[in-house]
Amino acid sequence: MSEPRPTVVVVEDEPQIRRFVRAALEAEHCQVFEAATLKQGLVEAGTRRPDLVILDLGLPDGDGVDYLRDLRAWSQVAVIVLSARIDEADKIAALDAGADDYLTKPFGVGELLARVRVALRRGQRASEPGEARYSFGEVTVDFTARRVERAGAVVHLTPIEYRLLGVLIANAGRVLTHRALLREVWGPAHAERTHYLRVYMGQLRQKLEADPAQPRRILTETGVGYRLLAD
Amino acid sequence: MSDTRPDPDELLEQLRDDEARAARGRLRIYFGSSAGVGKTYAMLAAGCRLKAGGMDVLAGVVETHGRIETAAQLQGLEVLPPAQLNARGRTLPEFDLDGALKRRPALILVDELAHSNVAGSRHPKRWQDVEELLDAGIDVYTTLNVQHLESLNDVVGGITGIRVHETLPDTFFDRADEVVLVDTPAEELLERLKAGKVYLPAQAERAASNFFRKGNLMALRELALRRTADRVEDDVQAYRVDESIAPVWKTEAALLCCIGPRDDDHVVRSAARLAQQLAVSWHAVYVETPALQRLDNVRRERILQTVKLAGELGATTAVLTSQDVPAALVEHARHHNLSKLLMGHNQARGWWQRETLGRRLATLAPEFDLIEVGAGQRREAVAGPPADRSAPASALAPRARTGYLWAAAACGLTTLVAMPLQPIFDLANIVMLFLLAVVGVAVRFGRGPAVLAAFLNVAAFDFFFVPPHLSFAVSDVQYLLTFAVMLVVGLVTGQLTAGLRFQARVATYREGRSRALFEFARELSSVLLAPQCVEIAERAIGREFHARAQVFVLDLQERLRMPLSATADATLDIGTAQWALDHAEAAGLGTDTLPGSAWLYLPLKAPMRARGVLALQPEQARLLLVPEQRQQLETFALLTAIALERVHYVEVAQQATLQIESERLRNSLLSALSHDLRTPLAALYGLADTLVASTPPLPPQPREIAQALATEVRRLNAMVNNLLDMARLQSGVVQLRRDWLPIEEVVGSALQSVAAVLTSHHVHTALPHDLPLVNFDAVLIERVLANLLENAAKYTPPDSALTIAARVTGTDLQVSVSDDGPGIPAGREEALFEKFARGERESATAGVGLGLAICRAIVQAHGGRIWAESAGHAAPRPGARLCFTLPLGEPPLMPAPEETEDAAASALR
Repeated sequence: MSEPRPTVVVVEDEPQIRRFVRAALEAEHCQVFEAATLKQGLVEAGTRRPDLVILDLGLPDGDGVDYLRDLRAWSQVAVIVLSARIDEADKIAALDAGADDYLTKPFGVGELLARVRVALRRGQRASEPGEARYSFGEVTVDFTARRVERAGAVVHLTPIEYRLLGVLIANAGRVLTHRALLREVWGPAHAERTHYLRVYMGQLRQKLEADPAQPRRILTETGVGYRLLAD
Repeated sequence: MSDTRPDPDELLEQLRDDEARAARGRLRIYFGSSAGVGKTYAMLAAGCRLKAGGMDVLAGVVETHGRIETAAQLQGLEVLPPAQLNARGRTLPEFDLDGALKRRPALILVDELAHSNVAGSRHPKRWQDVEELLDAGIDVYTTLNVQHLESLNDVVGGITGIRVHETLPDTFFDRADEVVLVDTPAEELLERLKAGKVYLPAQAERAASNFFRKGNLMALRELALRRTADRVEDDVQAYRVDESIAPVWKTEAALLCCIGPRDDDHVVRSAARLAQQLAVSWHAVYVETPALQRLDNVRRERILQTVKLAGELGATTAVLTSQDVPAALVEHARHHNLSKLLMGHNQARGWWQRETLGRRLATLAPEFDLIEVGAGQRREAVAGPPADRSAPASALAPRARTGYLWAAAACGLTTLVAMPLQPIFDLANIVMLFLLAVVGVAVRFGRGPAVLAAFLNVAAFDFFFVPPHLSFAVSDVQYLLTFAVMLVVGLVTGQLTAGLRFQARVATYREGRSRALFEFARELSSVLLAPQCVEIAERAIGREFHARAQVFVLDLQERLRMPLSATADATLDIGTAQWALDHAEAAGLGTDTLPGSAWLYLPLKAPMRARGVLALQPEQARLLLVPEQRQQLETFALLTAIALERVHYVEVAQQATLQIESERLRNSLLSALSHDLRTPLAALYGLADTLVASTPPLPPQPREIAQALATEVRRLNAMVNNLLDMARLQSGVVQLRRDWLPIEEVVGSALQSVAAVLTSHHVHTALPHDLPLVNFDAVLIERVLANLLENAAKYTPPDSALTIAARVTGTDLQVSVSDDGPGIPAGREEALFEKFARGERESATAGVGLGLAICRAIVQAHGGRIWAESAGHAAPRPGARLCFTLPLGEPPLMPAPEETEDAAASALR
């Protein structure tokens, strides 16, 4: 155990959920601090210097989105949001307010840990300089040569497709909302033209996925946005 | 360049005209100078030609007048049987309008356009029947003689000495799509007459011998030719505008016809002719001064008929009320941009007025052109029949008589009072007393008694006070001057005072009307329910107009409902009320439609739409002809309509508030339920899963139990989701978040979400690359696809093949999920989508059967449909196919396709 144990703050009012989340995280060698209210959660996040915050959106003492805004004012810590609601608008609001990922209740231990690992890895990588090459699945992107290859063959991308892929890679593992992607690739004036995004995403899948109707890497988070599944 | 460009407003109007014209039937008029020129024959010949060409032609009404050639033409045509109408105990045949509308031919032939219908028909005139046929989109061919045209009526009468009473408004003639002139030279016509080819009814024989003179026929022919030429010129003008051949001088309304109290129809007809020749629209106004309001009803009615005639001849009409005629005319003309004023030169001029109306107008508004037209020929018609005039006079008699008695009494009293004063006062002052008496009588009893008082007082003064006393003889000649001055002063003051009194009375009436309106408006303003509003309206209108009033209102199905209080009244006709509502025009008593009815039906036109119909049965029908009464009635109707509309929107708003309230309640209930159910489920599932994955691993048996727990919780969760979704969809709470996206995307995410249950199935997708974007709620349609896939997985054995396919069919995108399983039991295809339905009744397969019901609710919310069918594979496993459609709509603009990066780069190099 030479590596330092990652610190995780769990903000959740339901003790039974806290309990199994703690168990799962501790099995993953994390140090876990619990908070039952948003206020306490903010204190914990400030004092424990966590690597990850897991935040329930449906806390009784306030709005999780406000918490995120407060937190993002001074910290870039990774945040995974838990939502009991099925309403996509809440998830989008949380993601736009700075959350990295979300999980819909009920969720299994396996799902939770997968998301936690991605979030922690992203946190570590953020401090390292960007790599010149990036690979996922059969696809390799060479940023210096602006070259994209799939299974060894060169894939020709349009400038927009390339920019889109670049944004996805820069946020690999994270859920990107439609609005965020549109802003990054097309600029803030085009934030409402989701059909542009959908068409280019379809083209990108045609070029990079084996079966574009059953994508393995560029995943759709229905009603919310897209996620590039990292290796 | 710019002057050759058509005016956009004009073009727009023309487009609108074209549209309206396309929906309307086309009207062709066979126009001739007199009977016998062959109009009917020409019309029938054209009808037969079209019929031979395969058109649906119906002869609505054709008068052959026993002419053999004409009757022969009629042989080949279908003839509409005439309706038999009961009028004054006799059964008379008449054109069957309802039969024609029901039969709906493409073209109908209707002879004698100017014919007056038998009493009891829907419209008094046949041209109104034709108007309704045209509105219904039926083409009409018809015939017309020149003497029946309203504006030429008096001219023809002047030429031939025979006045026809069946007339057609020029506007109707001018609106005809085509006018075909049927022309026969006078000589030939006379020959035909001699040969007996022209129909002459026996009683008209004598008149006809005067009528069919060569001179008359030539004049009539000239009139017909000219009128047609005018029309052709209009057509040419219209064609030039249409085709933008030349810049067209835009004509404004330019003519104002001033109808005076002594004018007859002649002035109006002259104005109509002039307006038509100048190709301008025209206005006609009648200015009613207080003095004119005093005219008896018969004369007022006649003036109003003249105004109405002007309306029929195409004028915009108005009745203005003012003290000062020229000022009112000038103001109206300036306001409507009318630069030519036309009036009869027998305009009223009071003995106290030095100048004629024309002179005064010229001084007041020198920029106007003034046109004076001569008197018409029917001077005798100006004065009303004496019998009618005496009627109101005798009605007034008792009151007038007492007035005269009081005048005499006042004279006697004054004499008595003045007697003892004689020694004290000068005679000049005694005169003053007598004058005072005249003023008193004038104030109290009006002009007539004042005149009597003036004379009596002069006589009494002379008899009792002027020496020699008790004799009419006058010793001093200077008293003659006194008498004269006394008489004149008495008469003038009496006249002026009586005038003032009359004006005060008019003002009182006017105030009474305003107060009635004000009270009515105030009563209506607090109303919140339609029945209340109806009751107030019926009561107030009944009281104000001395009539029985009934209000028809629209029910929830937007149909007229018989007033509750009037169910027993057989004369009230809901059909007429419906007609008034549909056409937004008054019907019944005193109108053009069913004038024989006892009730007047006024549509209640509110700003948004007509809200009902007001039916009125006045005690005296002619009261409604008085313009102030009519205006007042229309204002009452408008107030009622606005109140009804307001009440309607109050109801709408209340319902909306209620709906919002209950929706809010339902929403908060659902989201509370959803949260409260899902939180323990999430804990349960997570805890069970933790047990499964715990380290060190559990022994096999507890581990399996934990696994089973997790699976069951997942199922429970799915069921809760389904129930909540169904509740949301059913309550209409769900709002679609539509986006334009490819179906491929949701197919992918649906497959991803149900991957766990599809592990033992083979899934294929058949999605063409060129599918268009569709506008739908991605989350809900993913739900539909996931449910369909889960369903397919549930009802097929492992290793079955599932296929998701999509294609464009017509205006829809059709998506299907098919399998090669045992298929759907025959006849159960529709039942599958019902709530709590399952493929097999007694089955161990899990689920409450809400999945497909949810699918249907979602698809229907998108405007699509969903159904199940057999996939049509071989017998043991025919397979099932569940399909749904999404409307394609108009996809948004896409960005221009780009080149790939390196292609762009090479292009740069």
